[in-house]
Parts: sequence; structure tokens; C-alpha cells
Amino acid sequence: MELNVNGVAYSVDVEPDMPLLWAIREVVGLTGTKYGCGVAQCGACSLQLNGELVRSCSIPVSAAAGQKITTIEGISKDTSHAVQKAWLALDIPQCGYCQSGQIMAAVALLKRVPKPSDADIDAAMSNICRCGTYQRIRDGIHVAAGQKKLDDVLKAYANSNATGV
Amino acid sequence: MTNSLKSTRKATSFVASRRKFVLGTAAVGSGLALGFTLPTYAWAEGATPPLKTPDEVDVWVVVKPDDTCVIRFVRSEMGQGTRTGLAQLVAEELECDWSKVTTQAPTAGQNIARNRVWGSMATGGSRGVRESQDYVRRGGAVARMMLLQAAGDLWKVPVAELSVNKGVITHTKTNKKISYGKVADAAAKLNPPDAKSITLKKPQDWKIAGTSVHKLDTADKVNGKKVFAIDLKLPNMLCAAIKQCPVFGGKVVSYDESKIKSMRGVKGVVKVNDATVAVVADTWWRAKNALENLPIDWDLGPNAKVSSSTISSALSEGLEAQGDFWQRKNGDAPAAITSAAKKVEAIYTSTFVAHCTMEPMNCVVKVGADSAFAWVPTQNAEASLAALSEASGVPLGKCDVQTMDLGGGLGRRGGTQDFVHQAVAIAKNFPDTPIKLVWSREEDMTHDYYRPISKAKMSAGLDDKGNLVALSVRVSGQSINAYLAPSAIKNNKDTRQLQGFYAEPGDAQLGYTVPNLLTEYVMRNTHVPVGPWRGVNTNQNGIYMECFIEECAKAAGRDSLEFRRAIMSQHPKHLAVLDAVAKKGDWGKPLPPGMHRGIAQFMGYGSYSAATAEVSVSASGEVKVHRMVFALNSGHFVNPSQVKAQIEGSVAMALSSVFNEDITIENGQVKEQNFTTYPLARLKNIPKVECVLVPSYDFWGGVGEPTICVVGPAVINAIFAATGKLQRELPLRKHGLTLI
Repeated sequence: MELNVNGVAYSVDVEPDMPLLWAIREVVGLTGTKYGCGVAQCGACSLQLNGELVRSCSIPVSAAAGQKITTIEGISKDTSHAVQKAWLALDIPQCGYCQSGQIMAAVALLKRVPKPSDADIDAAMSNICRCGTYQRIRDGIHVAAGQKKLDDVLKAYANSNATGV
Repeated sequence: MTNSLKSTRKATSFVASRRKFVLGTAAVGSGLALGFTLPTYAWAEGATPPLKTPDEVDVWVVVKPDDTCVIRFVRSEMGQGTRTGLAQLVAEELECDWSKVTTQAPTAGQNIARNRVWGSMATGGSRGVRESQDYVRRGGAVARMMLLQAAGDLWKVPVAELSVNKGVITHTKTNKKISYGKVADAAAKLNPPDAKSITLKKPQDWKIAGTSVHKLDTADKVNGKKVFAIDLKLPNMLCAAIKQCPVFGGKVVSYDESKIKSMRGVKGVVKVNDATVAVVADTWWRAKNALENLPIDWDLGPNAKVSSSTISSALSEGLEAQGDFWQRKNGDAPAAITSAAKKVEAIYTSTFVAHCTMEPMNCVVKVGADSAFAWVPTQNAEASLAALSEASGVPLGKCDVQTMDLGGGLGRRGGTQDFVHQAVAIAKNFPDTPIKLVWSREEDMTHDYYRPISKAKMSAGLDDKGNLVALSVRVSGQSINAYLAPSAIKNNKDTRQLQGFYAEPGDAQLGYTVPNLLTEYVMRNTHVPVGPWRGVNTNQNGIYMECFIEECAKAAGRDSLEFRRAIMSQHPKHLAVLDAVAKKGDWGKPLPPGMHRGIAQFMGYGSYSAATAEVSVSASGEVKVHRMVFALNSGHFVNPSQVKAQIEGSVAMALSSVFNEDITIENGQVKEQNFTTYPLARLKNIPKVECVLVPSYDFWGGVGEPTICVVGPAVINAIFAATGKLQRELPLRKHGLTLI
């Protein structure tokens, strides 16, 4: 079958019930999309299918054949998407394993709601981050949406309020 | 209930016959339990060469002709920021241009081959920066002095006439300038000065350390390019999925390979050890899919009837058992409690919890006839190396391990190295073929080394003025050391399980002075494997102590802060963070209707932490944590922004465990298989976190773990203020409270 990933056509010979995640990771060979749970709970495998955010661990590859798939590697050529720029500027990732999925979820949210409220972010960002980068992810979405000034956020991060001794 | 130590699951042990030195000093205290030794040896032909390059100024610093400064580090990076923090410390003394810094990670074999010139590779117990800061700073200073000497030699002027700024050396009299890259070759040929005699910079003079520079490894984490071990693709590589006996201590009886042999991509079935079967295939999904179709007969063994309720009963028995269990004894606490004007008593319980690193356990191993190599997401590459050599039978000098950045560590990937042993056992069946072993989430969740389960009986006596005159603490529960490092238990007293209640200063000292004090630990082991989990025993012990102190304050009719302050005068550092958090957290100031505040302080990993929490609780038990404020004194801070990131991270993991996480045992096996029944905290659950850092500059403490132990008690105490009921059993979700 044919997979269209990030604008490139791949002809893959795989079982139709292979999850899309594994076809992309192990057959197409793009490993930015991660395995976290296999049951659509954690969101590490998030990608876009025809522009819609999906959890690729729980979609058979046959359901995605011939359709437009966009992975973390395809959202910009040079890390120039507003969400990626915010993630870099705020230095959001810790271990980084879940961040492809977090970024894909944030990209989808901003596409749907360009100026999201905190409640919008709460509702949309259900991906798990065990390192606990959640607060900075929220800030990153606000910065990417132009609702918070980067400098203000960075100043707050760097301000140690150190009293010294 | 057995004190089970199954050979396939215990900590790596490696005994060599030649001259030995002991690795893994982190076994002391709360770090990763290790008890292995490695030999020194002449470098073996055919193995990875020792990392010694001609452009190496000293072992820590390589300066390239284009002035790029390559700073070496051997601790593991799992998101805690140690790579960047250590590089900042080297760069600070090196006086190089931070924008030109990159890092390089020597392998475990290279470290051993050079007599461990880079020091310990163990990365646990919040030690990454605090235990290497001195020698890495000296390493940076030595390199700076050699580079300056080389410039002085070139210009034939005394070094005293030279200055350096951002990697550019200036002869102050003539204003001649030269960059580090131009003198690096000459510097590398000089004899290094004595590192120990160097006076290091004072923190007040730092320009790179102590600042919130961005991490050096973020770029590839936002575009999918970062390669974790689970992402490795090597020529001819095969993938393996494993199934371990669902009951710990059980065994494989038989399996029927013929049922899956013809499935696409399947290369074979391997009995990995007594309790484990693996399927090897061309891709991991095919291996896992075939494994799910492989009929396996298990002998569930002696633990098949153990359940959470039998474990709970055993722990309760431990709360009442007679015996010599004491660890601290001042005055006569039981008598003083009996005769006190007011008596307070409470029993607390906590559960097993799982690590759930987002990248499940995995590694890649290649075993040849006389060499072996492993790529491991490990918190201790030397432990991985020992496991690789032991399991493969290949001599140590022909083995090597490359640390891969971890998709989360949290204590799971340190001393045990079970996944390395398994991968090697599989790879031995496929000579010269890289084998990528990946655990499914279900294996990861059901075969963890869990945070140990415990209960605590807390008793206190108050005098007629409401002063705390006696305190008795008895913890009954499982021991990490008994499972992973029995030799760490001295005189039959396992002090590690009472982490946070110590008398001794410096590590995890109790911040209160009580005239009559008794602390006891009653070991009640189960067949469930246990190990260090971010914050280790400070998690449970922090809740036991700080929630009970809150109950005492309430019984005394006194303010939570004032009640604590009254028993802290002999612990000024504990008191300083408590005061700092009370100020920043608006203690005593009115809150909007429906909002309530809690406070807590505790110590772990050589650092002092305190927190306040502001919560609201709905009639149906929905808890919203709106704001948390932290004060932390870890002595020094190398990167304030990253310190804050660690504090924020500790909030997520602590709230998740306090409200949600519960590994339960049914028929001897872990019931929870995935995040559907083991829910973790998500973004919407996380409060606004504020931090006040109060460094006292007279010690170096940890950062990754210390604050996790004050999150739970601050929040539970706030719920107490809101509802009048102190929640003594974890997780709160099973007792009517939902984190929203």
C-alpha cells in the first residue's frame, strides 16, 4: 500500500492491521513519533491524518493508506513552526520523549483555536509528560499564540528570587 | 510473604579476580543500589579505544581549531539538565565562549580504560551536579591555565600578563589577542598544573554558572530528530519483545513455538531466563504481535495467592509487632505520650507506585564471538557494562556501553539493569546481530521495581500548652535495600527506609527537635520487586511526618506555621526555607471564599524544601490545586530556570502519585497494565507553581528529587483545612477525592 508521509510517497509492504505508528517508525523509518502506551492514552504517537490530530498507535495502517499524514518531522522544514519556536525559546522539553506528541497536539489546538484560553489548553492537551513540563507547555502555547510575551515568561523562569545569605 | 531475591531480577553483581576497585558509590544512602566491582586492566586490542585525543587539553576539555569547546561528561541525561549544568561549571572555570560549547559522552569502557578519570557515571540520588561539581570545575580551570600557558609561551610573556574573556586571550600590555582554538594544540602538550591546589571562583563571580542558559540538547527534541535507544536503527538489526511471568517468582514451564513460527518476520523464540520468553522478529511490532499469539505455560510459583489485602495485613501486623526496631531514641517517647495532657495518634498508608518512564525499558545489544557492545538508556553506564560482560561471558575489556539519553529515568534505570541481562541473553542466540529489546507498556508497568509500600503509626503527646513533647514514628513496610542491596543494611537497621527522619545533618535530617522521640522501622517484605523512585522514601515519609504534624497543630489549636517554628529553632536551614515559603506563599493572609492553604517542610538529598498549596474542594470531592509555592535551599544553583523546571516536574509526579497512582496485587500479579487503569496526572491537573530559591552557598545539595516530598503534605494539609478531615490513605482517588 502507499503511505503519503510529509509529502513523500512511500510504497510499503505491511500487514493491514499493523498500527500506523509502527509502520511509520519501523517501515517508513521516521522515529520522531513515539510509542508510549499503545492504547491511545498517552499521546506520544500523535500525528496529523488529513489535518486531524490522531493517536497513531490505535489506527491500523490500512486506514491511513493514500491519505495525507504529517508527523513531527513534517510540520516545518527548519524548526520554524511557531510552536517549535516557542518550545525552543522556552526550553520546554526535559527528557523530550513525549514532546513530539505534545507539539503535534499544540499545533492542532492552535489551528483550531488561534487564541486559546487556559480552559481550551486544559481540554486539548491531554498528552502525558512524566517529567512534568506541563506548566511550560501551557506557557509555550500562549507564547506561540502571541498571548504572552516571550521575554516576560523567560524573565519569570530566570528570576530566582534569591535572597542569598 | 518472602524475602524474595530472584536471580534474574537482582542487582548486577560482577566479581573479577584481578585488582578491583568498587564502582557505584551511589549505593550509599538513597541512590542506586549497586554492589559490583570492576577490574582495572590493560587496554585490550579490538575493544573500543580509550578516548584520548591529541586535541584534548585535559580530560574534560577539547578545543577545536574553530574555537568550539567540547566538554565531556559521563553522567546520564534524562531531562534533569545535568549535561548542561556540568558544562556550565566547566565553562565557568574555562572562561570559554558559551555559544561555542558542545558536549561529548565517553563510553563506560573508555572511562574504565582511563582508570575512571571522569569519575562515577552513576546518575541517581540527585547527585549528578553536586557530587561532580568540584572536579569538573577543577578540570575547567586546569584547561584554562594550560591554554594561557601556551599563549604565554608563544608570545614569550609571563602568564600573569594575560587575561581571558570568552575564549580569547589578551596580552594586556600589548593588546595582542589569540583565541583558544589557536593555542589548543600547544596547550595539550603541556604538563597540567596540580588541580587540587587551584582556587575555584566564588559563586558571586560566576558568569555562566548560576545563570539560566538554555539547555544544550533541546533542538533535536522539538523536531523529531532526537534519537533515543528505542529509535536506533542498525544494519541487520532484529527486534525483540518479551513476556515475563505475571507472578514474580514464577517460571516458564513450556511454550509452543510452532504456533507462531510461520508468522511474518518472526526469526525465533528465546527462553531468556527461568521466568522470561522473547520473540525475535524483523520489526518490534511483529515480535510483539507474535508474542501475544505464543502459548506459554507458567508455573506461577509460591506467590500466586498474594494479594494487596494479604500484604496490607502483614504491614498492619508490623505496626504492632514486638521487637528491637528503633533507630532514634531520645528520652522516653511511649511513656511521655502516655502521660501527656493530650495524645494524638494516626495510621497512614501508602501503596506501591510505578515509574512509568515515557520511553519503556529497552536497549540495543550486539554480541560477537569476542566482543560485545550495548547502547543503553541507563542511569549508570558502568553497571550496564558489568551486566553486559557478566551476561555475555565476554571479558570486560572487550565490552563497551554507550549511554543513550533517557526518555525518563526516575530511578528505574540504575542498578538493576534487568533489561541489559535480557537483551544479552537474546543476542547470544543471534551472533553479530544487533538486537533491540523493547518492553511493551504492559511489561513495563507489571515488571517494575516499584516504590515500596508502607504504613506508619504516628503517636504524639502534647503538654497543656499545646507543645509537642513526645513523638513516636513506626514505619512498617518493604525495604529497598533488602531487595537490591542487602549489604547496605548495617546492624540489622535499615536506615534508608526512614529517610527524612535522620538525626545527622547534611542528607535527610528531621527538622524538628522533640524532647522524647522514637523512630522505628519494621521490615515487612513482599515478593514484589522494589527500587528507588524519584524522591524514594522521602515521598511517603514526608507525608507521614508533615501531615501528622498538621494533625498535632490542629489538636493543639495552634497555627500550622507557628507550631512548626516552635520546634525548629535548632534547625535554622529547615526554618529558613519554611519562613521563605510562608512569606512568598502569603501564609496567614486571607484567601477568596472556598480556597484553603496548607504548608509543609522536609529534607532529602542534601537540600531543604518547603511548600504551600492553595486548594478548593467541591462537595463531590473534586480537588483543584490552584497555586503552589516552593522554597528550596540546595546550597548552590547552577541554572535557576532548570532548577525551577525540576521543581515543576516534581509537582506533576507527586500530585499524580498522591491522587491517582496505585499498583495493586491480585493472585500474586500486578493488576494495572496500562494508563487506562493507572492514570497519571495531566496538564489540566497542574497548579501554577512559583519558586523562591534561597541558596546559602555553604554546601551543595541535590535538585532533581528534594521538593517532591513536600508537594503531597502541603496539598493534603490544604485539603484538611478545607474539609476538616486529614486524608491518611493514598491514593486519594480511592478515598473519594478526585484531582481535577
